[in-house]
Amino acid sequence: MSQPDEKKAFGLLAEFETPKALYLACEKVRDAGYKKWDAHSPFPVHGLDKAMGLKPSVLPWIVAVMAVIGGVGGFFLQVWINVSAYPQVISAKPYVSWPAFVPVTFELTVLLSAFGAVFGMFGLNKLPQLYHSLFESDRFARVTDDKFFISIEADDPQFGTQATKELLSQAGAVHIEEVQS
Amino acid sequence: MGAHGVQKIDEKEFDIGSHWIGKLPLVGLVLGILGLGASIALGLGDKEQFFFSYHVSYMYFLSIALGAFFFVIVQFAAKAGWSVLLRRIAENLAGILPFFILLGIPLVLGSHTLFHHWADETVRETDPFIVHKAPYLNEPFFYIRMAFYFVVWAVLSSIFRKKSVSQDTSGDRKTTRFLQNLSYPSIFLFALTITFASVDWIMSMDPHWYSTMFGVYYFSGSLVAIYASLIIVAMALQSHTGFGKVFNVEHFHDVGKLMFAQTAFWAYIAFSQFFLIWYANIPEETLFFKHRIEGSWMGVSVALAIGHFVIPFIFLLPSQMKRNKAVLLVGAVWMLLVHFLDIYWLIMPVHQHHGMHITVLDVTTFVGLGGLFLAIFGWYMKQAKIVPTKDPRLAESLAFENIV
Repeated sequence: MSQPDEKKAFGLLAEFETPKALYLACEKVRDAGYKKWDAHSPFPVHGLDKAMGLKPSVLPWIVAVMAVIGGVGGFFLQVWINVSAYPQVISAKPYVSWPAFVPVTFELTVLLSAFGAVFGMFGLNKLPQLYHSLFESDRFARVTDDKFFISIEADDPQFGTQATKELLSQAGAVHIEEVQS
Repeated sequence: MGAHGVQKIDEKEFDIGSHWIGKLPLVGLVLGILGLGASIALGLGDKEQFFFSYHVSYMYFLSIALGAFFFVIVQFAAKAGWSVLLRRIAENLAGILPFFILLGIPLVLGSHTLFHHWADETVRETDPFIVHKAPYLNEPFFYIRMAFYFVVWAVLSSIFRKKSVSQDTSGDRKTTRFLQNLSYPSIFLFALTITFASVDWIMSMDPHWYSTMFGVYYFSGSLVAIYASLIIVAMALQSHTGFGKVFNVEHFHDVGKLMFAQTAFWAYIAFSQFFLIWYANIPEETLFFKHRIEGSWMGVSVALAIGHFVIPFIFLLPSQMKRNKAVLLVGAVWMLLVHFLDIYWLIMPVHQHHGMHITVLDVTTFVGLGGLFLAIFGWYMKQAKIVPTKDPRLAESLAFENIV
Protein backbone atom coordinates (compact mmCIF):
# COMPACT_ATOMS: atom_id res chain seq x y z
CA MET A 1 0.00 0.00 0.00
CA SER A 2 2.52 2.52 1.15
CA GLN A 3 4.28 4.45 -1.54
CA PRO A 4 7.91 5.56 -1.24
CA ASP A 5 7.15 9.28 -1.22
CA GLU A 6 4.27 9.07 1.24
CA LYS A 7 4.99 10.73 4.58
CA LYS A 8 5.00 8.24 7.40
CA ALA A 9 4.90 8.94 11.11
CA PHE A 10 8.28 8.62 12.80
CA GLY A 11 6.82 8.96 16.25
CA LEU A 12 6.28 11.42 19.05
CA LEU A 13 8.64 14.00 20.45
CA ALA A 14 8.05 15.29 23.97
CA GLU A 15 9.78 18.30 25.43
CA PHE A 16 10.81 18.74 29.09
CA GLU A 17 12.08 21.76 30.98
CA THR A 18 14.54 20.24 33.44
CA PRO A 19 16.82 17.19 33.70
CA LYS A 20 14.79 16.10 36.70
CA ALA A 21 11.56 16.11 34.69
CA LEU A 22 13.31 14.16 31.95
CA TYR A 23 14.59 11.63 34.47
CA LEU A 24 11.17 11.05 36.02
CA ALA A 25 9.51 10.83 32.60
CA CYS A 26 12.07 8.24 31.47
CA GLU A 27 11.14 6.07 34.43
CA LYS A 28 7.47 6.25 33.39
CA VAL A 29 8.17 5.40 29.75
CA ARG A 30 10.44 2.55 30.81
CA ASP A 31 7.79 1.14 33.16
CA ALA A 32 5.16 1.39 30.41
CA GLY A 33 7.26 -1.16 28.52
CA TYR A 34 8.42 0.84 25.48
CA LYS A 35 11.47 -0.47 23.65
CA LYS A 36 12.11 1.83 20.68
CA TRP A 37 12.60 5.19 22.30
CA ASP A 38 15.35 7.51 23.36
CA ALA A 39 16.10 10.43 25.69
CA HIS A 40 17.93 13.54 24.48
CA SER A 41 19.81 15.98 26.69
CA PRO A 42 22.41 18.73 26.17
CA PHE A 43 24.65 17.09 28.80
CA PRO A 44 25.00 13.69 30.52
CA VAL A 45 22.41 13.21 33.26
CA HIS A 46 23.63 11.00 36.10
CA GLY A 47 21.64 7.80 36.47
CA LEU A 48 19.62 8.33 33.28
CA ASP A 49 20.75 4.94 31.98
CA LYS A 50 19.06 3.33 34.97
CA ALA A 51 15.94 5.46 34.58
CA MET A 52 15.73 4.38 30.93
CA GLY A 53 16.38 0.75 31.84
CA LEU A 54 19.33 0.49 29.45
CA LYS A 55 21.29 -2.73 29.48
CA PRO A 56 25.10 -2.52 29.85
CA SER A 57 26.76 -1.79 26.52
CA VAL A 58 28.40 -4.61 24.57
CA LEU A 59 31.26 -2.23 23.72
CA PRO A 60 33.64 -3.67 26.39
CA TRP A 61 33.37 -7.07 24.69
CA ILE A 62 34.19 -5.59 21.28
CA VAL A 63 37.24 -3.92 22.84
CA ALA A 64 38.27 -7.14 24.59
CA VAL A 65 38.08 -9.17 21.37
CA MET A 66 40.04 -6.51 19.47
CA ALA A 67 42.66 -6.44 22.25
CA VAL A 68 43.18 -10.19 22.04
CA ILE A 69 43.43 -10.03 18.24
CA GLY A 70 45.94 -7.17 18.53
CA GLY A 71 48.02 -8.84 21.21
CA VAL A 72 48.15 -12.33 19.72
CA GLY A 73 48.45 -11.00 16.17
CA GLY A 74 51.21 -8.56 17.13
CA PHE A 75 53.20 -11.23 18.88
CA PHE A 76 52.99 -13.81 16.12
CA LEU A 77 53.60 -11.21 13.44
CA GLN A 78 57.02 -10.69 15.02
CA VAL A 79 57.60 -14.42 15.43
CA TRP A 80 56.84 -14.91 11.73
CA ILE A 81 59.09 -12.03 10.67
CA ASN A 82 62.00 -13.14 12.83
CA VAL A 83 61.77 -16.83 12.10
CA SER A 84 60.74 -17.20 8.45
CA ALA A 85 60.25 -13.90 6.64
CA TYR A 86 63.46 -12.10 7.48
CA PRO A 87 65.54 -13.93 10.09
CA GLN A 88 68.33 -11.82 11.57
CA VAL A 89 70.55 -12.35 14.58
CA ILE A 90 70.30 -9.24 16.74
CA SER A 91 72.55 -8.76 19.80
CA ALA A 92 73.40 -12.48 19.69
CA LYS A 93 69.90 -13.28 20.86
CA PRO A 94 67.70 -16.14 19.64
CA TYR A 95 65.30 -15.44 16.77
CA VAL A 96 62.35 -15.76 19.10
CA SER A 97 63.22 -13.59 22.10
CA TRP A 98 59.90 -12.82 23.69
CA PRO A 99 61.02 -9.75 25.71
CA ALA A 100 61.96 -8.00 22.48
CA PHE A 101 58.44 -8.57 21.17
CA VAL A 102 56.65 -7.04 24.14
CA PRO A 103 56.66 -3.35 23.06
CA VAL A 104 55.12 -4.06 19.65
CA THR A 105 52.70 -6.59 21.15
CA PHE A 106 51.66 -4.01 23.72
CA GLU A 107 51.28 -1.22 21.17
CA LEU A 108 49.21 -3.33 18.79
CA THR A 109 46.99 -4.43 21.68
CA VAL A 110 46.38 -0.80 22.57
CA LEU A 111 45.93 0.26 18.94
CA LEU A 112 43.35 -2.38 18.09
CA SER A 113 41.56 -1.82 21.42
CA ALA A 114 41.29 1.86 20.57
CA PHE A 115 40.01 1.05 17.08
CA GLY A 116 37.50 -1.33 18.64
CA ALA A 117 36.36 1.32 21.11
CA VAL A 118 36.03 4.19 18.61
CA PHE A 119 34.63 2.34 15.61
CA GLY A 120 32.58 0.02 17.82
CA MET A 121 31.02 3.11 19.38
CA PHE A 122 30.32 4.51 15.90
CA GLY A 123 28.70 1.24 14.88
CA LEU A 124 26.57 0.89 17.99
CA ASN A 125 25.42 4.50 17.67
CA LYS A 126 24.74 4.04 13.94
CA LEU A 127 27.16 6.84 13.11
CA PRO A 128 27.89 8.63 10.86
CA GLN A 129 24.24 9.48 10.23
CA LEU A 130 23.66 12.50 8.01
CA TYR A 131 19.92 12.70 8.46
CA HIS A 132 17.53 11.88 11.26
CA SER A 133 13.76 12.38 11.28
CA LEU A 134 13.97 14.35 14.52
CA PHE A 135 15.83 17.10 12.66
CA GLU A 136 12.46 17.93 11.12
CA SER A 137 11.32 19.38 14.43
CA ASP A 138 12.25 23.04 14.95
CA ARG A 139 11.95 22.80 18.70
CA PHE A 140 14.41 19.87 18.74
CA ALA A 141 17.28 22.24 17.83
CA ARG A 142 17.29 23.40 21.45
CA VAL A 143 18.40 19.92 22.60
CA THR A 144 21.95 21.17 22.20
CA ASP A 145 21.19 24.15 24.40
CA ASP A 146 18.68 24.04 27.25
CA LYS A 147 15.82 21.64 26.49
CA PHE A 148 15.31 17.94 27.19
CA PHE A 149 13.43 15.52 24.97
CA ILE A 150 12.03 12.01 24.81
CA SER A 151 11.26 10.50 21.40
CA ILE A 152 9.15 7.37 21.02
CA GLU A 153 9.11 5.67 17.63
CA ALA A 154 5.91 4.64 15.88
CA ASP A 155 7.50 1.24 15.17
CA ASP A 156 7.33 0.36 18.84
CA PRO A 157 4.73 -2.41 19.35
CA GLN A 158 3.36 -0.49 22.36
CA PHE A 159 2.90 2.66 20.31
CA GLY A 160 -0.51 4.20 19.84
CA THR A 161 -0.59 7.89 18.95
CA GLN A 162 -3.27 8.78 21.48
CA ALA A 163 -2.20 6.49 24.33
CA THR A 164 1.45 7.44 24.02
CA LYS A 165 0.58 11.13 23.93
CA GLU A 166 -1.37 10.71 27.13
CA LEU A 167 1.49 8.88 28.80
CA LEU A 168 3.94 11.61 27.84
CA SER A 169 1.77 14.46 29.03
CA GLN A 170 1.12 12.64 32.30
CA ALA A 171 4.90 12.25 32.59
CA GLY A 172 5.22 16.04 32.60
CA ALA A 173 5.94 16.95 28.98
CA VAL A 174 5.43 20.66 28.30
CA HIS A 175 5.04 20.15 24.55
CA ILE A 176 4.31 17.08 22.43
CA GLU A 177 4.50 16.91 18.66
CA GLU A 178 4.20 14.27 15.97
CA VAL A 179 7.28 13.86 13.84
CA GLN A 180 7.09 12.63 10.23
CA SER A 181 9.84 10.50 8.77
CA MET B 1 20.47 10.53 40.75
CA GLY B 2 23.68 12.55 41.03
CA ALA B 3 23.95 15.79 42.89
CA HIS B 4 20.24 16.43 43.40
CA GLY B 5 19.71 17.60 46.93
CA VAL B 6 22.70 17.78 49.26
CA GLN B 7 22.92 14.77 51.54
CA LYS B 8 23.27 15.68 55.20
CA ILE B 9 25.25 13.59 57.63
CA ASP B 10 25.08 13.25 61.38
CA GLU B 11 28.56 14.09 62.64
CA LYS B 12 28.06 12.14 65.85
CA GLU B 13 27.90 8.93 63.83
CA PHE B 14 31.48 9.31 62.63
CA ASP B 15 33.36 8.39 65.76
CA ILE B 16 34.89 4.95 65.68
CA GLY B 17 32.70 4.03 68.67
CA SER B 18 32.44 0.34 69.43
CA HIS B 19 33.72 -0.81 66.02
CA TRP B 20 36.51 -3.39 66.24
CA ILE B 21 39.06 -1.08 64.62
CA GLY B 22 38.94 0.78 67.95
CA LYS B 23 40.38 -2.35 69.60
CA LEU B 24 43.37 -2.45 67.25
CA PRO B 25 45.73 -0.45 69.53
CA LEU B 26 45.60 -3.14 72.21
CA VAL B 27 45.63 -6.15 69.86
CA GLY B 28 48.31 -4.57 67.67
CA LEU B 29 50.51 -3.69 70.61
CA VAL B 30 50.35 -7.25 71.93
CA LEU B 31 51.14 -8.66 68.46
CA GLY B 32 53.91 -6.09 68.02
CA ILE B 33 55.61 -6.87 71.32
CA LEU B 34 55.26 -10.63 70.84
CA GLY B 35 56.49 -10.46 67.23
CA LEU B 36 59.42 -8.16 67.83
CA GLY B 37 60.32 -9.95 71.09
CA ALA B 38 60.42 -13.28 69.28
CA SER B 39 62.39 -11.68 66.42
CA ILE B 40 65.02 -10.33 68.79
CA ALA B 41 65.27 -13.66 70.63
CA LEU B 42 65.66 -15.53 67.33
CA GLY B 43 67.86 -12.78 65.91
CA LEU B 44 70.48 -13.27 68.59
CA GLY B 45 71.19 -16.61 66.96
CA ASP B 46 71.27 -15.29 63.37
CA LYS B 47 71.91 -11.56 63.32
CA GLU B 48 72.26 -11.28 59.56
CA GLN B 49 68.93 -12.99 58.87
CA PHE B 50 67.28 -10.80 61.51
CA PHE B 51 68.42 -7.58 59.87
CA PHE B 52 67.38 -8.71 56.40
CA SER B 53 63.99 -10.03 57.52
CA TYR B 54 63.35 -6.86 59.49
CA HIS B 55 64.39 -4.75 56.50
CA VAL B 56 61.85 -6.53 54.24
CA SER B 57 58.99 -5.89 56.70
CA TYR B 58 60.17 -2.35 57.34
CA MET B 59 60.26 -1.41 53.65
CA TYR B 60 56.89 -3.12 53.18
CA PHE B 61 55.00 -1.18 55.85
CA LEU B 62 56.89 1.98 54.97
CA SER B 63 55.61 1.66 51.40
CA ILE B 64 52.00 1.59 52.64
CA ALA B 65 52.51 4.70 54.78
CA LEU B 66 54.30 6.51 51.94
CA GLY B 67 51.58 5.51 49.50
CA ALA B 68 49.00 6.90 51.93
CA PHE B 69 50.87 10.19 52.16
CA PHE B 70 50.99 10.39 48.37
CA PHE B 71 47.25 9.69 48.21
CA VAL B 72 46.50 12.53 50.63
CA ILE B 73 48.63 15.16 48.89
CA VAL B 74 47.34 14.20 45.44
CA GLN B 75 43.72 14.53 46.59
CA PHE B 76 44.45 18.04 47.83
CA ALA B 77 46.46 19.01 44.76
CA ALA B 78 43.72 17.77 42.41
CA LYS B 79 40.92 19.29 44.55
CA ALA B 80 39.38 15.82 44.45
CA GLY B 81 35.80 15.51 45.62
CA TRP B 82 35.04 11.81 45.33
CA SER B 83 37.74 10.72 47.78
CA VAL B 84 36.90 12.89 50.77
CA LEU B 85 35.26 9.96 52.60
CA LEU B 86 38.51 7.98 52.31
CA ARG B 87 40.94 10.77 53.09
CA ARG B 88 40.96 10.46 56.88
CA ILE B 89 41.90 6.78 56.63
CA ALA B 90 44.82 7.70 54.36
CA GLU B 91 45.80 10.60 56.64
CA ASN B 92 45.91 8.20 59.58
CA LEU B 93 48.01 5.69 57.63
CA ALA B 94 50.39 8.47 56.55
CA GLY B 95 50.46 9.68 60.14
CA ILE B 96 52.39 6.52 61.02
CA LEU B 97 55.40 7.91 59.12
CA PRO B 98 56.98 9.70 62.16
CA PHE B 99 57.06 6.35 63.98
CA PHE B 100 59.21 4.90 61.24
CA ILE B 101 62.08 6.95 62.66
CA LEU B 102 61.99 4.83 65.82
CA LEU B 103 61.28 1.64 63.89
CA GLY B 104 64.28 2.46 61.69
CA ILE B 105 66.79 1.94 64.51
CA PRO B 106 67.55 -1.66 63.38
CA LEU B 107 68.43 -0.23 59.95
CA VAL B 108 71.15 1.86 61.56
CA LEU B 109 72.31 -0.93 63.86
CA GLY B 110 72.44 -3.37 60.98
CA SER B 111 73.88 -1.01 58.40
CA HIS B 112 77.12 -2.95 58.18
CA THR B 113 75.15 -6.12 57.49
CA LEU B 114 72.60 -4.69 55.07
CA PHE B 115 74.99 -2.36 53.24
CA HIS B 116 78.27 -4.16 53.83
CA HIS B 117 79.06 -4.00 50.11
CA TRP B 118 79.82 -0.32 50.49
CA ALA B 119 79.72 0.40 54.24
CA ASP B 120 82.75 -1.81 54.84
CA GLU B 121 85.92 0.27 54.63
CA THR B 122 88.18 -2.38 53.12
CA VAL B 123 85.68 -2.96 50.30
CA ARG B 124 85.26 0.75 49.78
CA GLU B 125 88.96 1.25 49.25
CA THR B 126 89.69 -1.74 47.06
CA ASP B 127 86.62 -2.16 44.84
CA PRO B 128 87.05 0.22 41.86
CA PHE B 129 83.28 0.59 41.42
CA ILE B 130 82.75 1.52 45.04
CA VAL B 131 85.72 3.88 45.06
CA HIS B 132 84.03 5.97 42.43
CA LYS B 133 80.67 5.83 44.15
CA ALA B 134 82.15 6.69 47.56
CA PRO B 135 81.34 10.43 47.37
CA TYR B 136 77.69 9.39 47.53
CA LEU B 137 77.83 6.02 49.25
CA ASN B 138 79.55 6.82 52.52
CA GLU B 139 78.17 6.58 56.01
CA PRO B 140 78.05 10.23 57.11
CA PHE B 141 76.22 11.31 53.95
CA PHE B 142 73.96 8.24 54.15
CA TYR B 143 72.78 9.26 57.62
CA ILE B 144 72.38 12.91 56.64
CA ARG B 145 70.10 11.83 53.78
CA MET B 146 68.23 9.45 56.05
CA ALA B 147 67.60 12.28 58.52
CA PHE B 148 66.37 14.47 55.67
CA TYR B 149 63.85 11.86 54.44
CA PHE B 150 62.55 11.28 57.96
CA VAL B 151 62.17 14.97 58.72
CA VAL B 152 60.30 15.64 55.46
CA TRP B 153 57.93 12.70 55.93
CA ALA B 154 57.32 13.23 59.64
CA VAL B 155 56.73 17.00 59.42
CA LEU B 156 54.55 16.98 56.29
CA SER B 157 52.40 13.98 57.22
CA SER B 158 51.82 15.44 60.69
CA ILE B 159 50.80 18.82 59.28
CA PHE B 160 48.33 17.25 56.86
CA ARG B 161 46.77 15.05 59.52
CA LYS B 162 46.62 17.68 62.28
CA LYS B 163 45.25 20.44 60.05
CA SER B 164 42.62 18.17 58.54
CA VAL B 165 41.53 16.96 61.99
CA SER B 166 41.36 20.54 63.27
CA GLN B 167 38.91 21.31 60.44
CA ASP B 168 36.45 18.81 61.97
CA THR B 169 35.80 21.24 64.82
CA SER B 170 36.59 24.61 63.26
CA GLY B 171 34.93 24.00 59.88
CA ASP B 172 37.37 26.56 58.52
CA ARG B 173 37.50 26.49 54.72
CA LYS B 174 40.91 28.19 54.75
CA THR B 175 42.37 24.91 56.04
CA THR B 176 41.52 23.24 52.76
CA ARG B 177 43.13 26.05 50.78
CA PHE B 178 46.22 25.97 53.02
CA LEU B 179 46.69 22.22 52.62
CA GLN B 180 46.09 22.51 48.89
CA ASN B 181 48.89 25.07 48.62
CA LEU B 182 51.12 22.89 50.77
CA SER B 183 50.40 19.84 48.63
CA TYR B 184 52.28 21.11 45.58
CA PRO B 185 55.73 21.43 47.22
CA SER B 186 54.87 18.24 49.12
CA ILE B 187 54.56 16.31 45.86
CA PHE B 188 57.98 17.57 44.82
CA LEU B 189 59.56 16.63 48.16
CA PHE B 190 57.78 13.29 48.16
CA ALA B 191 59.10 12.37 44.71
CA LEU B 192 62.60 13.37 45.73
CA THR B 193 62.63 11.55 49.06
CA ILE B 194 60.94 8.29 47.99
CA THR B 195 63.29 8.01 45.00
CA PHE B 196 66.45 8.58 46.99
CA ALA B 197 65.26 6.58 49.99
CA SER B 198 64.58 3.51 47.84
CA VAL B 199 67.93 3.95 46.10
CA ASP B 200 69.71 4.29 49.45
CA TRP B 201 67.91 1.59 51.38
CA ILE B 202 67.29 -1.07 48.73
CA MET B 203 69.31 -0.46 45.58
CA SER B 204 72.56 0.34 47.41
CA MET B 205 72.48 -3.10 49.04
CA ASP B 206 73.87 -4.27 45.71
CA PRO B 207 76.05 -1.25 44.86
CA HIS B 208 77.59 -2.68 41.69
CA TRP B 209 74.19 -2.56 40.12
CA TYR B 210 72.16 0.50 39.29
CA SER B 211 68.88 1.31 37.61
CA THR B 212 67.58 4.78 36.95
CA MET B 213 64.01 3.44 37.26
CA PHE B 214 64.40 2.03 40.73
CA GLY B 215 62.72 4.87 42.59
CA VAL B 216 59.66 4.67 40.37
CA TYR B 217 59.57 0.91 40.82
CA TYR B 218 59.32 1.18 44.60
CA PHE B 219 56.78 4.02 44.21
CA SER B 220 54.58 1.98 41.85
CA GLY B 221 54.50 -0.85 44.39
CA SER B 222 53.61 1.52 47.21
CA LEU B 223 50.64 2.82 45.22
CA VAL B 224 49.29 -0.71 44.72
CA ALA B 225 49.69 -1.21 48.47
CA ILE B 226 47.83 1.94 49.50
CA TYR B 227 44.82 1.35 47.24
CA ALA B 228 44.59 -2.25 48.45
CA SER B 229 44.86 -1.03 52.05
CA LEU B 230 42.16 1.61 51.55
CA ILE B 231 39.81 -1.01 50.09
CA ILE B 232 40.43 -3.35 53.03
CA VAL B 233 39.93 -0.64 55.69
CA ALA B 234 36.82 0.71 53.95
CA MET B 235 35.50 -2.85 53.73
CA ALA B 236 36.15 -3.38 57.45
CA LEU B 237 34.26 -0.14 58.13
CA GLN B 238 31.20 -1.32 56.21
CA SER B 239 29.91 -2.67 59.54
CA HIS B 240 30.34 0.82 61.06
CA THR B 241 26.96 2.55 61.39
CA GLY B 242 27.99 5.93 60.02
CA PHE B 243 30.58 4.93 57.44
CA GLY B 244 28.67 1.90 56.15
CA LYS B 245 25.73 4.11 55.22
CA VAL B 246 27.65 6.62 53.12
CA PHE B 247 30.52 4.63 51.61
CA ASN B 248 28.98 2.57 48.85
CA VAL B 249 29.78 0.50 45.80
CA GLU B 250 30.47 3.62 43.70
CA HIS B 251 33.40 4.56 45.93
CA PHE B 252 34.69 0.99 45.99
CA HIS B 253 34.52 0.90 42.21
CA ASP B 254 36.75 3.96 41.97
CA VAL B 255 39.40 2.77 44.42
CA GLY B 256 39.26 -0.57 42.63
CA LYS B 257 39.92 1.18 39.31
CA LEU B 258 42.94 2.93 40.81
CA MET B 259 44.30 -0.33 42.24
CA PHE B 260 43.80 -2.00 38.87
CA ALA B 261 45.57 0.87 37.11
CA GLN B 262 48.51 0.65 39.50
CA THR B 263 49.04 -3.08 38.89
CA ALA B 264 49.37 -2.22 35.20
CA PHE B 265 51.65 0.72 36.04
CA TRP B 266 53.82 -1.54 38.19
CA ALA B 267 54.11 -4.03 35.34
CA TYR B 268 55.00 -1.24 32.92
CA ILE B 269 57.81 -0.01 35.19
CA ALA B 270 59.02 -3.50 36.14
CA PHE B 271 59.16 -4.61 32.53
CA SER B 272 60.79 -1.40 31.32
CA GLN B 273 63.53 -1.90 33.92
CA PHE B 274 64.01 -5.54 32.95
CA PHE B 275 63.73 -4.95 29.22
CA LEU B 276 66.54 -2.40 28.88
CA ILE B 277 68.88 -4.42 31.08
CA TRP B 278 68.09 -7.62 29.16
CA TYR B 279 68.59 -5.98 25.78
CA ALA B 280 71.84 -4.16 26.55
CA ASN B 281 73.24 -7.17 28.41
CA ILE B 282 75.93 -5.17 30.25
CA PRO B 283 77.39 -7.16 33.17
CA GLU B 284 77.11 -4.41 35.78
CA GLU B 285 73.40 -4.07 35.02
CA THR B 286 72.46 -7.73 34.58
CA LEU B 287 73.85 -8.58 38.01
CA PHE B 288 70.55 -7.73 39.69
CA PHE B 289 68.57 -10.14 37.55
CA LYS B 290 71.33 -12.77 37.62
CA HIS B 291 70.83 -13.06 41.39
CA ARG B 292 67.10 -13.32 40.87
CA ILE B 293 67.10 -16.15 38.34
CA GLU B 294 69.40 -18.36 40.39
CA GLY B 295 67.92 -21.44 42.02
CA SER B 296 64.45 -21.07 43.42
CA TRP B 297 64.57 -17.27 42.90
CA MET B 298 63.68 -17.96 39.26
CA GLY B 299 60.38 -19.39 40.42
CA VAL B 300 59.77 -16.35 42.63
CA SER B 301 60.50 -13.99 39.73
CA VAL B 302 58.01 -15.76 37.47
CA ALA B 303 55.44 -15.96 40.28
CA LEU B 304 55.85 -12.22 40.83
CA ALA B 305 55.24 -11.36 37.17
CA ILE B 306 52.15 -13.57 37.03
CA GLY B 307 50.84 -12.84 40.53
CA HIS B 308 51.48 -9.10 40.53
CA PHE B 309 50.32 -8.44 36.98
CA VAL B 310 48.76 -11.20 34.84
CA ILE B 311 46.30 -12.57 37.40
CA PRO B 312 45.12 -9.24 38.89
CA PHE B 313 44.93 -7.65 35.43
CA ILE B 314 42.51 -10.27 34.13
CA PHE B 315 40.74 -10.60 37.48
CA LEU B 316 40.10 -6.89 37.99
CA LEU B 317 39.46 -5.97 34.33
CA PRO B 318 35.62 -6.33 34.17
CA SER B 319 33.83 -3.47 35.92
CA GLN B 320 31.53 -5.96 37.66
CA MET B 321 34.53 -7.38 39.54
CA LYS B 322 35.27 -3.96 41.03
CA ARG B 323 31.61 -3.40 41.91
CA ASN B 324 31.30 -6.65 43.85
CA LYS B 325 32.52 -5.98 47.39
CA ALA B 326 33.54 -9.55 48.23
CA VAL B 327 35.43 -10.00 44.96
CA LEU B 328 37.16 -6.64 45.33
CA LEU B 329 38.21 -7.55 48.88
CA VAL B 330 39.80 -10.77 47.58
CA GLY B 331 41.66 -8.72 44.97
CA ALA B 332 42.89 -6.20 47.56
CA VAL B 333 44.14 -8.87 49.98
CA TRP B 334 45.87 -10.62 47.08
CA MET B 335 47.60 -7.40 46.00
CA LEU B 336 48.86 -6.74 49.54
CA LEU B 337 50.30 -10.26 49.66
CA VAL B 338 52.05 -10.10 46.28
CA HIS B 339 53.33 -6.65 47.17
CA PHE B 340 55.07 -8.29 50.12
CA LEU B 341 56.54 -10.85 47.73
CA ASP B 342 57.74 -7.94 45.58
CA ILE B 343 59.62 -6.28 48.46
CA TYR B 344 60.93 -9.66 49.60
CA TRP B 345 62.19 -10.32 46.06
CA LEU B 346 63.93 -6.94 45.99
CA ILE B 347 65.81 -7.38 49.27
CA MET B 348 66.27 -11.01 50.21
CA PRO B 349 68.35 -12.26 47.23
CA VAL B 350 71.14 -9.96 48.45
CA HIS B 351 71.40 -12.20 51.51
CA GLN B 352 70.31 -15.58 50.15
CA HIS B 353 72.29 -15.87 46.95
CA HIS B 354 71.31 -19.22 45.59
CA GLY B 355 67.68 -19.68 46.38
CA MET B 356 64.85 -18.59 48.60
CA HIS B 357 64.33 -20.12 51.98
CA ILE B 358 61.68 -18.67 54.22
CA THR B 359 62.66 -18.35 57.86
CA VAL B 360 60.68 -17.93 61.06
CA LEU B 361 62.23 -14.47 61.33
CA ASP B 362 60.41 -13.38 58.16
CA VAL B 363 57.13 -14.18 59.89
CA THR B 364 57.95 -12.78 63.34
CA THR B 365 59.32 -9.46 62.05
CA PHE B 366 56.25 -9.12 59.80
CA VAL B 367 53.87 -9.81 62.69
CA GLY B 368 55.83 -7.52 65.00
CA LEU B 369 56.03 -4.52 62.68
CA GLY B 370 52.52 -5.16 61.33
CA GLY B 371 51.16 -5.25 64.87
CA LEU B 372 52.72 -1.92 65.75
CA PHE B 373 51.56 -0.47 62.41
CA LEU B 374 47.96 -1.49 63.11
CA ALA B 375 48.19 -0.34 66.73
CA ILE B 376 49.21 3.18 65.71
CA PHE B 377 46.61 3.24 62.95
CA GLY B 378 43.85 2.12 65.33
CA TRP B 379 44.95 4.68 67.89
CA TYR B 380 44.74 7.46 65.26
CA MET B 381 41.29 6.25 64.20
CA LYS B 382 40.10 6.70 67.79
CA GLN B 383 41.56 10.20 68.07
CA ALA B 384 39.34 11.88 65.48
CA LYS B 385 36.29 11.47 63.23
CA ILE B 386 36.78 8.70 60.68
CA VAL B 387 35.82 11.01 57.80
CA PRO B 388 36.58 14.75 57.47
CA THR B 389 33.05 15.79 58.48
CA LYS B 390 33.46 19.50 57.74
CA ASP B 391 35.44 19.25 54.52
CA PRO B 392 33.88 21.62 51.95
CA ARG B 393 33.89 18.85 49.32
CA LEU B 394 32.24 16.21 51.50
CA ALA B 395 28.86 16.61 49.78
CA GLU B 396 30.52 15.85 46.45
CA SER B 397 31.95 12.63 47.85
CA LEU B 398 28.60 11.60 49.37
CA ALA B 399 26.81 12.04 46.04
CA PHE B 400 29.55 10.42 43.98
CA GLU B 401 28.42 8.10 41.20
CA ASN B 402 30.10 6.31 38.28
CA ILE B 403 28.74 6.17 34.75
CA VAL B 404 29.02 2.53 33.80
